[in-house]
Amino acid sequence: MKTITYSEAIREGMRKRMRENPNVFILGEDVGEFGGCFGVTGDLVKEFGEKRVRDTPISEGAIVGCAVGAASTGLRPIAELMFIDFVTVGMDQLVNQAAKMRYMFGGKISLPMVVRMPTGAGSRAAAQHSQSLEAWLTHVPGLKVVYPSTPQDAYGLILSAIDDDNPVVFLEHKLLYAMSGEVDLDIEPIPLGLADVKREGEDVTIIATAKMVHEALAAAEELAKEGIEAEVVDPRSLFPLDKETIFKSVEKTNRVVIATEETKRGSYAGELAAIIAEECFDYLDAPITRVCCLDTPIPFSPVLEDYVVPDSKDIIDAVKKLL
Amino acid sequence: MDLSNEKLIQMYRTMKRIREFETKAAELFAEGRIPGFVHLYIGEEAVATGVCANLKDSDYITSTHRGHGHIIAKGGDLKYMFAELFGRETGYCKGKGGSMHIADADRGILGANGIVGAGHNIAVGAGLSAKYRDTDQVCVCFFGDGSTNQGTFHEALNMASIWKLPVIFVCENNLYGISMHQSRHQAIQDVADRAVAYNMPGVVVDGNDVLAVYEAAKEAVDRARNGQGPTLIECKTYRHRGHFEGDPTVYRDEEEVKEWLQKDPIPRLVEFMLDNNVVTEEEIKKIDEEIAAEIKEAIKFAEESPFPPVEAAVEDIYTDIVEEVRS
Repeated sequence: MKTITYSEAIREGMRKRMRENPNVFILGEDVGEFGGCFGVTGDLVKEFGEKRVRDTPISEGAIVGCAVGAASTGLRPIAELMFIDFVTVGMDQLVNQAAKMRYMFGGKISLPMVVRMPTGAGSRAAAQHSQSLEAWLTHVPGLKVVYPSTPQDAYGLILSAIDDDNPVVFLEHKLLYAMSGEVDLDIEPIPLGLADVKREGEDVTIIATAKMVHEALAAAEELAKEGIEAEVVDPRSLFPLDKETIFKSVEKTNRVVIATEETKRGSYAGELAAIIAEECFDYLDAPITRVCCLDTPIPFSPVLEDYVVPDSKDIIDAVKKLL
Repeated sequence: MDLSNEKLIQMYRTMKRIREFETKAAELFAEGRIPGFVHLYIGEEAVATGVCANLKDSDYITSTHRGHGHIIAKGGDLKYMFAELFGRETGYCKGKGGSMHIADADRGILGANGIVGAGHNIAVGAGLSAKYRDTDQVCVCFFGDGSTNQGTFHEALNMASIWKLPVIFVCENNLYGISMHQSRHQAIQDVADRAVAYNMPGVVVDGNDVLAVYEAAKEAVDRARNGQGPTLIECKTYRHRGHFEGDPTVYRDEEEVKEWLQKDPIPRLVEFMLDNNVVTEEEIKKIDEEIAAEIKEAIKFAEESPFPPVEAAVEDIYTDIVEEVRS
């Protein structure tokens, strides 16, 4: 076991696979000597050189498109977008090309590629650098979407993402990059589609992603003081989704709060709520509740941003309303 | 010119196969036997043919919505192409792609593409891959004049030039982006002028002269294979048909169409071959008959092929996940 950050865990996962497979390479803006805008690629260029840790011009369409072309011709690219917000510029390549090529071509091609995207609010970066756009991505057949909440999960999931023969969108929460945790660098990859129960409880299920997992755990500690035991379920991968673990928890607690950092309207949280309502209705004793951002762009001023983005207090309030 | 008689005859055969395939596709579409849209390549055959005559099976191409000609020139099988147009299980894409998405990974065909300008960046990725793996493969990116106004054109040519990638950008300037004449969609006459911005050669050729296209492509392919980087080739050409079958083509006048029909690339090559004693009229007739028989056989194969089972709709999205079927 080694204590490293979420950011370092992603880097070590990439390093491991790059050492093992010469066809794995990284491309993106300022990923080389600069080490990545958030420092995730760090010193990888020193070990693997500029061929395999490739700085690109500011051309998100070309970054994703280049990954598509490389993945369809034998390589395993890892593309980094500086912020998830910039995926809009590369969206055609991701949605119309990467996600659809295998299907359109009758399964005769595979696209083993990862697109990493720093996600989420809280860094006072305002409306174009703070979004949580997982609903856009999970909406598209052909993509897998992963969103780890801890250094260990980040490490185990990046290995699986790189090993996957399909396009995988790997979301990373910006405020988690500095979070430290014990990481076993010798673990087997964590399969995509395997949720993790981060805390067990009997009274309510809180399904949370990324940073909201930690808000949910903080909320659970507070609730426990009042005798309410919350179970915190982290799906870890949004698609494929581990419905079984979620349903098992709902069957036990009969109450569900879903906490994500998305704007609520049209969110993936809504999709989770719909899945539970469709498939677990008989086990529910209360309405499914979503705790999400307000339906606004993310504002700049800290006072405004903190008001818009949910935290543990909002989760506590939501839980109490259900009991 | 180092073109052997054999190569010339091969190029004639390719152009004629494209022409006959497209002519039949037009008929079948008009009869309602092919669903969806079709965008035909008739009139532009010299471009795909002259370019692909320089390629190996292992080289890559990216294509467009008007892609049948590229696929045929890169060695596509007419049976599987027709089967795909008919939406059959035996088609190149098992009936999941249709006219705009035919691909054949075994021949380096990275797909026709329904998004104008999307192939540019994919071609750069394939070029990067070829260079990364230290092969001598090249990638040809086919696209129309209209797509050169997409941001992807700039992104791709820039990236290919800074990394000196083995990519040949082939612009088929057929004068129209759907209904919009080139003079209305860009303030230049020669798309090749844009190469200057990327410090790469920009070449203009008569896209209806297969020999000129062959020569220009040969130089560009040689450059790419030798590690000298990308080239932009602009082929001036014209589509005889509308943008899609059913297009009333109200945006162009008959005089212009007539003028371009005079420049039809196929009779031009025939005349050249006859003048230079490459073939006799009888030999051409024999080739034409062989192609007609091949087309007939391909259509028969397609029409006799089964449609895919409906359950196939949920397969091939991922390598390892089959989505749920309708219950």
